[in-house]
Amino acid sequence: MTPAANPDSLLVIVPAFNEQDAIAGVVRSVLQHVPGVPVLVIDDCSADDTIPTARQAGAEVLALPHHLGLGGCVQAGYKLAYELGFEYVIRVDGDGQHDPRDIPRIFEKLKSSGCEMVIGSRFVAENGSRTGAVRSLGIRFFRLVLRPILGKAVHDPTSGFVGVNRRALGVFSRSFPLDYPEIEALVVLQRRRFRFEEVPCTMLPRTTGRSSITAFRSLYYIFHVLMGVFVNVLKFDSRLHRRPPGSGAGG
Amino acid sequence: MDHLLNVTTGLSIVLIVMVLVSVRRAHIRVEYSVSWLIAASAMLVLSRARPVLDAVRRLIDLPDTPLTLFLLGGGVLLIMFFRFSVVISHLRDDNIALAQRVAILEYHLRSFRNREKQEA
Repeated sequence: MTPAANPDSLLVIVPAFNEQDAIAGVVRSVLQHVPGVPVLVIDDCSADDTIPTARQAGAEVLALPHHLGLGGCVQAGYKLAYELGFEYVIRVDGDGQHDPRDIPRIFEKLKSSGCEMVIGSRFVAENGSRTGAVRSLGIRFFRLVLRPILGKAVHDPTSGFVGVNRRALGVFSRSFPLDYPEIEALVVLQRRRFRFEEVPCTMLPRTTGRSSITAFRSLYYIFHVLMGVFVNVLKFDSRLHRRPPGSGAGG
Repeated sequence: MDHLLNVTTGLSIVLIVMVLVSVRRAHIRVEYSVSWLIAASAMLVLSRARPVLDAVRRLIDLPDTPLTLFLLGGGVLLIMFFRFSVVISHLRDDNIALAQRVAILEYHLRSFRNREKQEA
């Protein structure tokens, strides 16, 4: 993967932890549906053969020296993409639940809307995606919490299927939530007055392994993310909210 | 009451000795041992100087001396735990940034070697 010179350069990043059974399918599917686009698997210190499997499937691999968790893993990919000069980055999860056929739609929306983040959403349009009862309840709860903070509705705040442009990439390279980053990342963007859009996407059922989110962890997740949201809201940066000189009262 | 003060004295001395031994064996860094030494020394002084403890009790308007000692010890521990949480948070941030940097540098090194192989 060479530094990007193309103004529309796109990198697909795939955070993965012990995904040897799913990663090859994900990488091949991405390469099939967005040919010519480099795929970077960020391995969060897997104990299995995720790294060689991903390389054999045609991906570049960024191998973390020890386990950082999802946020640290994704941020490492953002940092590398930013350093290499990529304009757009789309994140696809390594468990095969995100359908790579939706990548072109997210990419087009990123380019055409000029917004900093595009979320692949299960709930913008009815597409047959199903979520568990606890998770569904959590999503509804966070929709309500985020609505006044973001100033607009977000249908799928927990979706990890997101695309960002270079402005957001610069911000996330410096500051990115570490645990359960999806919701907090929205607040981080909002504090910088960045915009986001949602496009309908399909979420596939998990084919290998099982989710690490248990009922107890769901409760911890809600509490943890709620704290993170409010901490980010309290990080008031006066420079970003200062009225530019010369702007009128209605500015 | 005297028994409680004697136990506190004993525990304070044990803590001071443990910290000093740990510093000597390099199990704990000097800068992190200072908080423990100050806390243990303060508890030692308070448990041996009854008039000082009584003065503190009157100052914060508490009904009895053992409660004063207990609250002071608990308060010191809470402050120290908070301080260590701040230190651990900084260390974790630094650790993550370093791990990411190592991974990125290894990636560049691997890419560089692959390019060299292809050119050779």
